[in-house]
Amino acid sequence: MIDKLLPCLLSGVSVGGQYALIAVGYTMVYGILRLINFAHGDIFTAAGFFMVYLAASLPLSLSLPLVILLTVALGFAVERVAYKPLRSAPRMSVMISAIGVSYLLQNLMWYITGGLAKQYPVIPWLSTSIAIGPTSTKIVTLFTPVLTIILSVALVTLIRRTKIGMAMRAVSRDFETARLMGIKIDSVISATFIIGSFLAAVGSVLYFSNYTSVTPTIGAMPGLKAFVAAVFGGIGSIPGAVIGAFVIGICENIIKMLGYTTFSDAFTFALLIVILLFKPTGLFGEKISEKV
Amino acid sequence: MKKSTRMIIGFLLLALLFLAVWLIERAMGTNSMVITVLKKGAVYALIAVSMNLLNGFTGLFSLGQAGFMLVGAYTYAVFTIPMAKRMAVYQYYQGGIIQFEIPFFLAILLAGVVAALFAALIGMPVLRLKSDYLAIATLGFAEIIRAIIQYDKLGPITNGSNLLKTYPTFTTVLFPFVVSAVCIGIILLLIHSTYGRAFKAIRDDEIAAEAMGINLFRHKQLAFVVSSFFAGVGGALLAMYQGTVQANAFKSAMTYEILLIVVIGGMGSVSGSVMASFLFIACSEWWMRFLDSELMIGTFKVPLLRSGFRMVVFSILIMLVVLFYRRGIMGDRELSFDMFRRRKGVASK
Repeated sequence: MIDKLLPCLLSGVSVGGQYALIAVGYTMVYGILRLINFAHGDIFTAAGFFMVYLAASLPLSLSLPLVILLTVALGFAVERVAYKPLRSAPRMSVMISAIGVSYLLQNLMWYITGGLAKQYPVIPWLSTSIAIGPTSTKIVTLFTPVLTIILSVALVTLIRRTKIGMAMRAVSRDFETARLMGIKIDSVISATFIIGSFLAAVGSVLYFSNYTSVTPTIGAMPGLKAFVAAVFGGIGSIPGAVIGAFVIGICENIIKMLGYTTFSDAFTFALLIVILLFKPTGLFGEKISEKV
Repeated sequence: MKKSTRMIIGFLLLALLFLAVWLIERAMGTNSMVITVLKKGAVYALIAVSMNLLNGFTGLFSLGQAGFMLVGAYTYAVFTIPMAKRMAVYQYYQGGIIQFEIPFFLAILLAGVVAALFAALIGMPVLRLKSDYLAIATLGFAEIIRAIIQYDKLGPITNGSNLLKTYPTFTTVLFPFVVSAVCIGIILLLIHSTYGRAFKAIRDDEIAAEAMGINLFRHKQLAFVVSSFFAGVGGALLAMYQGTVQANAFKSAMTYEILLIVVIGGMGSVSGSVMASFLFIACSEWWMRFLDSELMIGTFKVPLLRSGFRMVVFSILIMLVVLFYRRGIMGDRELSFDMFRRRKGVASK
């Protein structure tokens, strides 16, 4: 049992870490704009493709930062082009715009790649195998949770201690009042998207080092799962999103180990529905009262 | 114009449309591009209107349509595969366990009923959720349904993740037109009833609607079940159109496509959804096909044109509609005689 359980837990923690990096992007955007950024999963995929194409011609030391830069630029551009013009529109319109962006990005990636799965470049250190007890695994499996926790601690510090973090908290609490207090809403929102895309880029490097092939629609499922993780942890809460992602990653791998692979995706959504019914604010979410 | 005359003219126009469609089929042959577009457009029109009933008229942002279509499509296919061919279709499951077949029109009805039953079950927990949570929960349920249908242990019924095929398909283009027209007619009757007015009240202001004595949950449940019923029927029609059906195709991308059709047509406009369906299908299947093939003018190779470019241009067009033309073709108005008259009146002033 233990020799089966250990690799299962390891990959669970690793997948959880990858989901966590995506989930933070969701939870921050939702916290500020009250928008499910359906395009976030596709930005994650796009980061994978950036790497595929850049690594083909550039050394790793150059392509890695470039991937992150390009992904951040993409996230920033999506916000400016597709969400900013709809700031005063009903929330449903913004959500539809997000779905439209996701559709566009998927079709664009399909066009550029010709719909074929691309091989993700091997990143030397991350893909090295090491032995843990009776099993062996790639270094990335162990590295992911560590990096995830470091990044989320850094992010929480940023939000608690810095000026821009304070502005983010203010905007997520009350959009209009924050604006009256002289906070530049647009730059705060841009900063949110930049941080979210940065984490998605890091997450994509870790994710694809593990799964090695990139297809245009591969980001949709991890994206949705990360969103569920964000809801599970209480939307708007960064530690919540991270914990939620780890829980989902581990549960999913245990289900796979038990032989119900078909239901590993279904489980995530079942969890979502249970959470929404019994504790709609998630583990660490704040209560929102309805105003007439 | 009196209401009754308008009704008569409306029905006459509909009959004329059917006649025109029938004549086109006679003239162009059943396999021509026009007929394909008309068939698929008619199917999508019904599905888009069913989604509009939820999203546009009741204000419930549901993203579960593909799931209910899947249920409908499978119900239809499973019960209509001829006995003689079951062995071949269910080759991995010894011919399956359902050893009877029912007439196709009954199967279409059953497809709707089963989808509605699923909706009634799912609706009970899910409809208490608010906007975006509802969207994600319904999206999740659609994914769960897809996973369950592909589950290997259910193979004797659903054929697992293998294709279902050899069931009856469209013999004439008129069939999807008639079924869709009847179903959309029923949805229109519902929208114009007290229930329909209650739906709109819920959409415009939930709290005010509740204060006026509208039972929120019951009306939401009704809208959800009715919408899913017609999504199920639409799924059955889609299965007939395609000739084969596989659960894997009913991903959330399908729901997104239908949602985009609804948006292009105008949230809260039945005629808008119908027009947008035909427009959407004609664009994606026919008019923009040339973008997918390489083109040489003399020795000059036109850049960018290759497989997949059509969908890129198409999704950019959709984004432009979403961003700058948010009300879509019709907004929340309907195509009517008054619309033309009023326009003429304005012009003559």
